[in-house]
Amino acid sequence: MKGFGFSSIKPRVIDYDRNNRTVSEYILEREPSFSLCIACGACAATCSAANFTEMSLRKLNIFLKRGENDEVRRIMNRCMLCGKCTLVCPRGVNTRNVIFITQQAFKKLDNYAV
Amino acid sequence: MEAGWKHQKTLSMPENKERHIVVIGAGTAGCTAAGQLAREGYRVSLIEKEGRPGGKLNSYYQLFPDRRKSEEVRDFLLAEIDSPLIILKPDTDVESIKKNDAKWLVTTTRGDLPPADAILLASGFDLFNAERKEEYGYGIYDDVITSLELEEKFRSGSILTSKGFPPGRVGLVHCVGSRDEKVGNFHCSKVCCVTAVKQAIEIKEMLPGTEVFCFYMDMRMFGPYYEELYREAQEKWAVNFIRGKVSEASENIEERLVIKVEDTLAGKPLKMQVDLLVLMIGMENAQSGLRVGEDLGLDVGMNGFFKVRDNHYGNNRSNLTGVFYAGTCTSAMNITDTISHARAAVVEIDTYLNTSGKELKS
Repeated sequence: MKGFGFSSIKPRVIDYDRNNRTVSEYILEREPSFSLCIACGACAATCSAANFTEMSLRKLNIFLKRGENDEVRRIMNRCMLCGKCTLVCPRGVNTRNVIFITQQAFKKLDNYAV
Repeated sequence: MEAGWKHQKTLSMPENKERHIVVIGAGTAGCTAAGQLAREGYRVSLIEKEGRPGGKLNSYYQLFPDRRKSEEVRDFLLAEIDSPLIILKPDTDVESIKKNDAKWLVTTTRGDLPPADAILLASGFDLFNAERKEEYGYGIYDDVITSLELEEKFRSGSILTSKGFPPGRVGLVHCVGSRDEKVGNFHCSKVCCVTAVKQAIEIKEMLPGTEVFCFYMDMRMFGPYYEELYREAQEKWAVNFIRGKVSEASENIEERLVIKVEDTLAGKPLKMQVDLLVLMIGMENAQSGLRVGEDLGLDVGMNGFFKVRDNHYGNNRSNLTGVFYAGTCTSAMNITDTISHARAAVVEIDTYLNTSGKELKS
């Protein structure tokens, strides 16, 4: 049976109570400056990868904190870890390290997930 | 207070002691101005509708940005008005004010006052009635409370939900009654953002395991050390900030509050359960002050506060010569700015009376 021609649409709403935010907690433990982001977008504006891809650390930060992990996976590997974002952050967030740890965390999740 | 400073009268003109100023409202602005007027030798009648002076400081817990006890500033005000030249009239309302030549004749619910040379309106603000934002469920759901009610919980020493449990998650909604055309208020009440940050920290301090979320449209950290307090809330207390105006609160089948908000930085709608929802209610011109203003014929601006003569250099003057303003009856202000505004009002009154009003003709 092929679903009678219906497809199911994933709800767009962020369901905060169901989402899994362990990656966000994992980052905060290892890079506490992550908490200081005010989503100003300076990182995204200076990002070399953002000129050609959907990479945006401003969005990545929000998606991580809300537990929107599919969104994080979609964009995190666009980063080349050049570190320009760290130079412009007005809040002193070690942005490069945030992305580095994010990539690490998802690798661990994928490798050891039960 | 610095010793010897309080009763020095180096600035006073000898004729000031013959002059009588009526100050309406014994809150932060009224007490500050009354004290400064007395220091300059004026006789002052200080009218207060409540039973005691101090205004809203009597109901606050701690003050931003340094979180000192509000009683400390309240006690400063009480010390300011402790002068033989000031007659405090508590539990008193203004009934009418009439002009007779250069004098103002003030009738109160406790009799007539001696003729006055100037009127200083320091009638303050009312907090927005949260029931007017029906979609937030204030007055419908027991666990939707106002920022003032949260201050009272802090003062009582415990934060519990209506069912008697410490809340696991608290939401603070900014801009309730401010920047909202739907309730007729275009203006920003200025202090609610930093109040939310302060209260978020206080919740975390009392209940470290509780998650706290601030829902804001813009974070307006305008005062000294406000931005630093915001930073501290993020860094030290792990307070969460979500940019978006909460659209509604409702209850799910487990009788838990559910809020809906657009997470504007994620570009997606978000829903979340909370145990306690705190509405950061804004400032409106006090109804009691507006009644006096209507009787006098004072101009009111489109923001509902009294309209000052000039926004830059005449913000203590009204449209009536001899009637002055101090504090939040002219706009939303924090305590620091209110005290400065009240002191400036005294300079304006002093200038007016000692130069036959020539300096103040606009």
